[in-house]
Amino acid sequence: MLQVSKLLEGDKRTAAKMITLIENDGEGKQQLLSEIYPHTGRAHVIGVTGSPGAGKSSLTDELIKRARGDNRKVGVIAVDPTSPISGGALLGDRIRMQEHALDKGVFIRSMGTRGSLGGLARATRDVVKVLDAYGCEIIIVETVGVGQSELDIMHYADTTLVVLTPGAGDHIQTIKAGIMEIADIFVINKCDLGNTKKMMIDIAQMLDMSPRFDGRWRPPVAETSVKNNTGIEELWSLIGQHLEYTQKSGELDQSVRNRLSMEVVEMAEEEVRRLLWEQFNKNGSMDDLLDKLAQREADPYNEARKLVQNFICQIPNGKEL
Amino acid sequence: MARKIRVLVAKPGLDGHDRGARVIARGLRDAGMEVVYTGLHQTPEQIVEAAIQEDVDVVGLSILSGAHMTLFPRIYDLLKENGAEDIMVMGGGTIPEADVKALIEGGWAAQIFTPGATLESIVDWINTNVNLN
Amino acid sequence: MTQKKLDEIKAAGENWRAKRSKLKDRDARFETVSALPVNDIYTPEDLGAFDYMKDLGFPGEYPYTRGVQSNMYRGRLWTMRQFAGFGTASESNERYKFLLARGQTGLSVAFDMPTIMGYDSDHPRSLGEVGRVGVAIDSLADMETLFDGIPLDKVSTSMTTNAPASILWCMYLATGEKQGVPSDKLTGTIQNDILKEYIAQKSWIFPPHPSMRLITDIFAYANKHVPKWNSVSISGYHIREAGSTAVQELAFTLADGFAYVEAGIEAGLNVDDFAPRLSFFFNSHIDFFEEIAKYRAARRIWARRMKEKYGAKNPKSWMLRFHTQTAGCSLTAQQPENNIVRTAYEAMAAVLGGTQSLHTNSMDEVLALPTEKSVQIALRTQQIIAYETGAANVIDPLAGSYFVEALTDQMEAEAEKYFEEIERRGGVLAAIDQNYFQQEIADAAYQYQRAIDKKERYQVGVNEFVDTSEELDIDLLTIDPEIERKQVESVQKLRRERDNNKVQDTLDRLRVAARGSENMIPCILECVRAYTTQGEIVQALREIFGEYKEKPTF
Repeated sequence: MLQVSKLLEGDKRTAAKMITLIENDGEGKQQLLSEIYPHTGRAHVIGVTGSPGAGKSSLTDELIKRARGDNRKVGVIAVDPTSPISGGALLGDRIRMQEHALDKGVFIRSMGTRGSLGGLARATRDVVKVLDAYGCEIIIVETVGVGQSELDIMHYADTTLVVLTPGAGDHIQTIKAGIMEIADIFVINKCDLGNTKKMMIDIAQMLDMSPRFDGRWRPPVAETSVKNNTGIEELWSLIGQHLEYTQKSGELDQSVRNRLSMEVVEMAEEEVRRLLWEQFNKNGSMDDLLDKLAQREADPYNEARKLVQNFICQIPNGKEL
Repeated sequence: MARKIRVLVAKPGLDGHDRGARVIARGLRDAGMEVVYTGLHQTPEQIVEAAIQEDVDVVGLSILSGAHMTLFPRIYDLLKENGAEDIMVMGGGTIPEADVKALIEGGWAAQIFTPGATLESIVDWINTNVNLN
Repeated sequence: MTQKKLDEIKAAGENWRAKRSKLKDRDARFETVSALPVNDIYTPEDLGAFDYMKDLGFPGEYPYTRGVQSNMYRGRLWTMRQFAGFGTASESNERYKFLLARGQTGLSVAFDMPTIMGYDSDHPRSLGEVGRVGVAIDSLADMETLFDGIPLDKVSTSMTTNAPASILWCMYLATGEKQGVPSDKLTGTIQNDILKEYIAQKSWIFPPHPSMRLITDIFAYANKHVPKWNSVSISGYHIREAGSTAVQELAFTLADGFAYVEAGIEAGLNVDDFAPRLSFFFNSHIDFFEEIAKYRAARRIWARRMKEKYGAKNPKSWMLRFHTQTAGCSLTAQQPENNIVRTAYEAMAAVLGGTQSLHTNSMDEVLALPTEKSVQIALRTQQIIAYETGAANVIDPLAGSYFVEALTDQMEAEAEKYFEEIERRGGVLAAIDQNYFQQEIADAAYQYQRAIDKKERYQVGVNEFVDTSEELDIDLLTIDPEIERKQVESVQKLRRERDNNKVQDTLDRLRVAARGSENMIPCILECVRAYTTQGEIVQALREIFGEYKEKPTF
């Protein structure tokens, strides 16, 4: 049996097993998470997103080193895509970070995207909590870097890095809308590979056009090269500045509250949805009803309302669901 | 989300012959497993740490350097020290029959696949031996 | 051939095909081991605009398709060079004397993994690996023992070392000094091909740029002081062993070769000052004709590019000279005696393809290091080809075969496609950074394994003609664990007894050179002469150059 007390003592195996439970959506997950919850909320969660090949793993590796230099305990969640055909996944981000494997202050976990991306966002959020309670002060989430997952990052990250590479100019256009919503810091990584000027200008122009930054944190641009070991120090300091700014301005507090409200409603939604399905399937006359709907003898609009009414009537006052 | 088998494919030792490790990693992925690959030149300590943090069901070692009689026992002992001896260790590579026998009988390895083993046989072995409950 | 004749052949061929197509073929895939489809017959029609003088010429003449020497094996047979080394230097020294006594004509040193990766035998990472897959060499003292009683002006020596090549080479030069053999009398080869390490074999230490600098430093030093030495052996062998196809082996190896040429030119060397000392190393896999076509295409491509693109004037710069090793990856652990037969065919392909030297694998190498008996059979295989089969009598005997010429052309055309792609990606180093080669090879390796598993491709004794009652009845070589302990003791003793102030001085001097831009070889030579260990030298360079990190590829 997994014990929260062992997690809080920093037992690695317990942390790892709890993460597995969450990933598998196993039995007792809710109970476990509710026990863990009081011990969370301390870590600074850094999201690292950007297209595949932008050098996210190497950059994450550098951030681990930097955080360890400050003697902070670090957790890393590295996500790689699950094959939609086989359901399996090759999780290779660790290769870049293996030199930290023996550092007791670093915990690295690789995750496949598995089923739906919504599911991934929830699982990531919950794994963050485990690492938080385990004692990680910095938690870095390296996303898979494609499509919707980039937006999911706001469900758990306090500071989001959008990693780009020079010469990826056209890419910026296509992901523009999304990244403007989430980026707290832009990183032009692999800046040894080419001229970064054009990209700097593109980013500046995009920021100028967005009303989101009027009088607020305007995402700075860091230029880094893991190869030449440049810019990492500056990036680390920007991450610190962003945290400090959001703490002082109250934005961190606000976004934590937003996330919590989303989380509560989402979970409630999920629960209600499950119960509604149960109710719908339980109804013996479902086949009749579907026939009627198909024959156009009934309509979905009235049926939906009836389903909700029946559902509500069945919940006695004050009784638990 | 369903339970998935997680396997750590590791290449201990100093040699760089990772053809087998990569082919196996890919084959296991195509059989629906989650495969964590740690890369080359891993020490037993690094492999065991990764296996624990990643909470894998199986560690697969590919060894062609001739150091198998040192590496398997070392990895098994470290797993045990960490209370993780329930993680199964399998291996493959240039390992003579007599050593295969010694490693399995000594309990250092749960299974060893020698050259010529098919991907299917490896997948089957994992599916049969990993307790999904 | 006249158009009229060609038309005749075409008409007759159509006639034949109409009849032939009524016959049902076996249920099999008619393709090479690299999955290249082949026709059922080749005729003059397949040769297109074949031009004898332009495409083949004569042996020893541009474009060298038929071979690099004008008299080939009538002048001198290929060098029979068995790759060997295990345990400590004294055990390997005995094995070399054994091989030389049985008619071997050159030496080839296999180092153990700690030596290859730049660790001394007593480093924690060396645990369990000392003397396992090759000989353990920590310092000049070991190198002296390794060649004890073997006069270095009488043998040529090939050393399979890449990341620490400069250091082991300096040890060899210093061993020569001790024997009184000046460096301009030394002959041999260092593999020294770091690009294929990133691409396939993965025994790297430093990142690409400092690694390339070490290589061009060797080029420059060899040109001045060790003129008969092959300063690099650009290797396709490991690319093939990692699972590539024949065309990939050909294209990636030559692309690496061009990258070294470009690096040498960029370092300010004249192309003709180093290109004649570039040598190659290819695999000989089981598909007979594909391999022969590969070697012939390799010579032609190299000659054309060196002359036309890089403006080399010395014909020696145009000649692609190569060593061949039969394919380790073609051998099977099942029914290992069958490997003797596989190796014989592979060796024959290398000879018919015009190799300059050859290693034949021993039947037991898939199971362990070879025993004396199995090494002897492997060597005898070469001697039978050389002295009994008649294969060495006629130069390039398969020239003019419609099939071989068509396949040679096809190899060249497919390789050119790869060169274009590599160029489009910004050259070899950029393509390595993009994981291009690694991914291409990983894909080919996976396809190959799937084909074997699905029995779309046969391996005798593995997925067909399997003998389940088989029991291994050959002896295997075992390495005594005592060897590691002895070697650890000896390196620690050396560190106690040598002049450690001198060691520190030479290392400091090397650090200065490494931080600057001067040639590092003279400094490494000084380190080696002071019995600085190779682990110490590598560590000093590691601190300055950093270490390479691999990219995930599956």
